[in-house]
Amino acid sequence: MRLSASDKVVRTIIYILLTLLTFITFYPFWNSFIISINTGSDTALGGLTLWPRDFTLENYKVVFQEKHIYNAYLVTIARTVLGTLLSMFFTALFAYGLSKKGIVFKRFYTLFAIFTMFFNGGLIPYFIIVYSLNLYNTFLFLLLHGMISVYNMIIFRTFFSQLPDGLEESARIDGCSNFGVFFKIVLPVSGPVIATLSLFTAVTLWNDWFIPAVFIQNQNLVPLQTLLVQIINAGTTASLLTNLNSYAQSALANTVTVKALQMATMMVATLPILCIYPFLQRFFVKGVLIGSLKE
Amino acid sequence: MAFQDYNLFKGFSASEWVGFKHFEMFFTSPEFWRIMRNTFVISFLKLLIGFPAPIILALMLNEIGNIAFKRVVQTITYIPHFISWVVVSGLVFSMLAVDNGPVNDILLKFNLIKEPISWLSVPEYFWSILVGTNVWKEIGFGSIVYLAAIIGIDPALYEASAIDGASRVKQIFTITLPSIAPVIMIFLILGVGNTLNAGFEDIMMLTRNLNNGIVMPVAEVIDTYVYNMGIMNQRYSYATAAGLFKSLLSVTLLVLANSLARRFNQESLW
Repeated sequence: MRLSASDKVVRTIIYILLTLLTFITFYPFWNSFIISINTGSDTALGGLTLWPRDFTLENYKVVFQEKHIYNAYLVTIARTVLGTLLSMFFTALFAYGLSKKGIVFKRFYTLFAIFTMFFNGGLIPYFIIVYSLNLYNTFLFLLLHGMISVYNMIIFRTFFSQLPDGLEESARIDGCSNFGVFFKIVLPVSGPVIATLSLFTAVTLWNDWFIPAVFIQNQNLVPLQTLLVQIINAGTTASLLTNLNSYAQSALANTVTVKALQMATMMVATLPILCIYPFLQRFFVKGVLIGSLKE
Repeated sequence: MAFQDYNLFKGFSASEWVGFKHFEMFFTSPEFWRIMRNTFVISFLKLLIGFPAPIILALMLNEIGNIAFKRVVQTITYIPHFISWVVVSGLVFSMLAVDNGPVNDILLKFNLIKEPISWLSVPEYFWSILVGTNVWKEIGFGSIVYLAAIIGIDPALYEASAIDGASRVKQIFTITLPSIAPVIMIFLILGVGNTLNAGFEDIMMLTRNLNNGIVMPVAEVIDTYVYNMGIMNQRYSYATAAGLFKSLLSVTLLVLANSLARRFNQESLW
């Protein structure tokens, strides 16, 4: 297509704006990354912009000396994997039931579930319920919290109700039970939906810091993001030192600064996501579309 | 619970019923209007700037002919959506730092400011930083839906208007935007329904520095208030009343937005 002069100007402006936006998005990550691999005392001199001046891995060494971080990694991974599996299974089961015609009280259950999406008692009653169920401070709670997502349920339901009836009927004629139909027919054909919703659930679970911060006190059960909050909230060296062992303390005295440590910890918590992200991109683009179909 | 003087040791059934006492206390407390103002202003700003931003990005991306460039822009702008607020706030703090923060460095270099500004401890800047960070985080991801809607438009429309001599810019306003209007409308309804969720994680995280006493007057919204009163100060019933009030308002807004949308065109959530 031929472009007029004014269109060419517009196009150039768009290119410039987009380049700027990309830079603004990317630079903070890059800046934090180079601070994390630069000697802390050198960073403090200022002027660090694009490349590390005094390369070191000392910051990461200190971070990995912190024994809680291994625990936190373990908790986060366990929570992400188990939580996603459980959430997918029960949400899909719920949605499958509601997608069938002729279920008793179907409309009531659906409205009841949607109602909770917009109206709830808030944090405090929730806290007290969790406390009185003896779930406070347990790993089980981290799995149960948000296990059934109404939003995902609706997406599942929409998808299930679009499946051709004949698919199930033929399975039933071959003697399949209700659960048989669900496991052997419905779940296998729902691959793309499950993949995308799993991805979103997993990211949410990985990034969640607030729920554990309120409901978990045992330091051995604190997930990575919550630990990260504790570390970067420690504004002063003194409060950070109380959390670290003697090796870290001697390192801190020399070249490692609080800022460098915070950046290194942030990178440790973020890099796993950044690494797997490019491979997942095609899934979530599809996923967003599935989500928007429902609305 | 909101209608009781809830006592953790007595439990739900033994606590005393006090009617609307906590609601009254909340409505008449000196913080009430400040919190309501913050909640509404912050969510309004988020909607005003955060809502059109992804649409504009999608329109701009659509104009790009260079596939490789487009993919790079997309890949990078989607990233922040997957990063937790903890990390994002860390990045913001580092960018806006007083000593050697890149933003201050650049402004100093171009002589726009005389000395470094402590951005996050000035109440006047807080709303802009909060909204800016939100846009930064969600603009790319939000554009996916609109981009998909744009791709679905029939190319014949563009060809026909090109023959009639319409410029690319004119096509955006006469073809692209009207075509994706239904999608925009639905997301607008959802956005209005979410108005009172002015944000919790972002505010909690961006106010966590040592100076948060200074910005709190402009940063406290209903959700953070519930948290501070309930979990931090253990005023359970009072916080529950505030939270319940917010839930009620949100539902009202959502129903209102939905019925408005239904009146203007056929789009509706239910």
